[in-house]
Amino acid sequence: MTQEKFRFLEHTADAKFQAYGRTIEEAFANAALATASLMWDPGGIARKIQIPVSARGHDLEQLLVRFLGEILYLVESRFFLMGSAEEIKIEKHEAEYALEAVFWGDANSDAYETHGGVKAVTYNEMKITKNDGYTVQVVLDV
Amino acid sequence: MELRKISDNIWEIPKQGEMRVPAMIYASAKLLESVRRDLTLTQARNVACLPGIQRMSYVMPDAHQGYGFPIGGVAAFDMEEGVISPGGVGYDINCGVRLLRTDFTAEEIAARRQELLAEILKEVPAGVGKGGITKLSRGVLLEILRRGAEWAVEHGYGRKEDLLMTEEYGRMKDADPAHLSARAMERGIPQLGTLGAGNHFLEIQKVSHIYDEKKARVFGIEAEGQVTVMIHCGSRGLGHQVASDFIEIMENAYGTKGLPDRELINAPVRSRLGQEYYVSMCSAVNYAFANRQMIAHWVRDVFARVMGSSEGMRQIYDVCHNVAKIERHTIGGREREVCIHRKGATRSFGPGRPEIPEAYRPHGQPVLIPGSMGTASYLLVGTAEAEELSFSSTAHGAGRVMSRHEALRRFRGEQIRDDLRKRGIELQSASWKGVAEEASEAYKDVDEVVRVSHEVGIGCMVARLVPVGVMKG
Repeated sequence: MTQEKFRFLEHTADAKFQAYGRTIEEAFANAALATASLMWDPGGIARKIQIPVSARGHDLEQLLVRFLGEILYLVESRFFLMGSAEEIKIEKHEAEYALEAVFWGDANSDAYETHGGVKAVTYNEMKITKNDGYTVQVVLDV
Repeated sequence: MELRKISDNIWEIPKQGEMRVPAMIYASAKLLESVRRDLTLTQARNVACLPGIQRMSYVMPDAHQGYGFPIGGVAAFDMEEGVISPGGVGYDINCGVRLLRTDFTAEEIAARRQELLAEILKEVPAGVGKGGITKLSRGVLLEILRRGAEWAVEHGYGRKEDLLMTEEYGRMKDADPAHLSARAMERGIPQLGTLGAGNHFLEIQKVSHIYDEKKARVFGIEAEGQVTVMIHCGSRGLGHQVASDFIEIMENAYGTKGLPDRELINAPVRSRLGQEYYVSMCSAVNYAFANRQMIAHWVRDVFARVMGSSEGMRQIYDVCHNVAKIERHTIGGREREVCIHRKGATRSFGPGRPEIPEAYRPHGQPVLIPGSMGTASYLLVGTAEAEELSFSSTAHGAGRVMSRHEALRRFRGEQIRDDLRKRGIELQSASWKGVAEEASEAYKDVDEVVRVSHEVGIGCMVARLVPVGVMKG
């Protein structure tokens, strides 16, 4: 089992990463960190406020796209920089998956150095695999 | 993948398997090499399998791998049997370029360059998580989504004649924001009038070479050394959200079975969902037009303050690089309407097209191709041949060859700033990391891209512009 949270892979145009976890929830939390790391240093964001987040998807891929999309939505609409995604719970109901989580971070984006910019979370080359733990692979449109 | 060479710059993927039409690639041997390294050709082949596709699935000289459709992909679909696809437009709807001419020479602004850039950086918000300076109500946003740059001009941003010199005259009339999600609206409200980050930039340039004096003069370029201003940005989070929303809505309606790539999801052009996407996309296009209109206005303000005048800062043109449109084209000798997708491609109408402003109509449409940071950009002109060759389309930029992550590993923003300064280019940015990610080495050679466009005849060189001052988001 790797200790690594996420790793970026070579991709000509966009940003492609794999995030790892012992559970699917941990892999999702690390995918959130990888996404944020393209715009700011999540480790350097103060734990000032928490925002509850929920997402639904007819499969795990759609759930992941919607979940990571929350990071983009919150920075652009509320200037909230996510430092960590915690208390993630993923449940399978009949025809869909549901996710609940809490984002910790700071809504004072002017206080931090930001860079890059992510336009969207894509389905391109998306893979969610279970081996010893879970690996999720994501390509972000940057 | 098997490619048939048609000429030095033209390659074909012959029709095979489930392809309904062949794919046509415009690239030199050198550009083809980088195209072959990623999934561009597979994606062009996938597009050729979509229902109702007409003639060919086209690939422009700057193409690289996208999601669903390649970036630099052009495809036209039959209005009855064809489809419209959010992945065929891209996430940054109406990412585009605006070019202003000025009466200044590079020497005249040399001493004030830093001041100009610093002032522009103050006026035009840029970077991740930085809001615009205008607080919008939902009602005003709806108005902007319906009316685009027209709204901006009416509210004091820029000049009426700017609208004439904008693709679609700054407003797609089919726009209807009724189907935009609350999230799209929430992402749009704080970001109007912002440049954004990533590959978006604002540049003060000088004309370094004129290839076609007559056309250059028509467009407002008179001499080498003349200063121009280029603005490159799009519809910001609002457009990104529209794309994400409709990919999801279409997936939920049609499922993803049988699609080689989820982002090829599409809906029949005339279907309810197809139409809802189209009118929403038009709304995002209008948002981007308004955005560039406001930024251009602030740039003029800065020039007026710092240089004493902005009088001669006429808009040469404003083009969309990511868009789907209903256009008339001649197919099999018959002129008819199609739904054309240009994803990372520029419309390049030749002389006579009614969509071109009257002053340019005898000459062809100006085509604006931005380079990467610190490299040249180009002013081209659309051609009559482009109609037959690419449904009147050409390249849109340099196209990446290296990931941001790799660029960040190899380059340092401050070093790039110093290197550019030695070459006479001032650089200001909201972030040095962002600068490293956009190092020109991470992009294809724009000179080569434009040369191929010119030689194939889908967009011909008019003038080359080089940066003297760059502001990065």
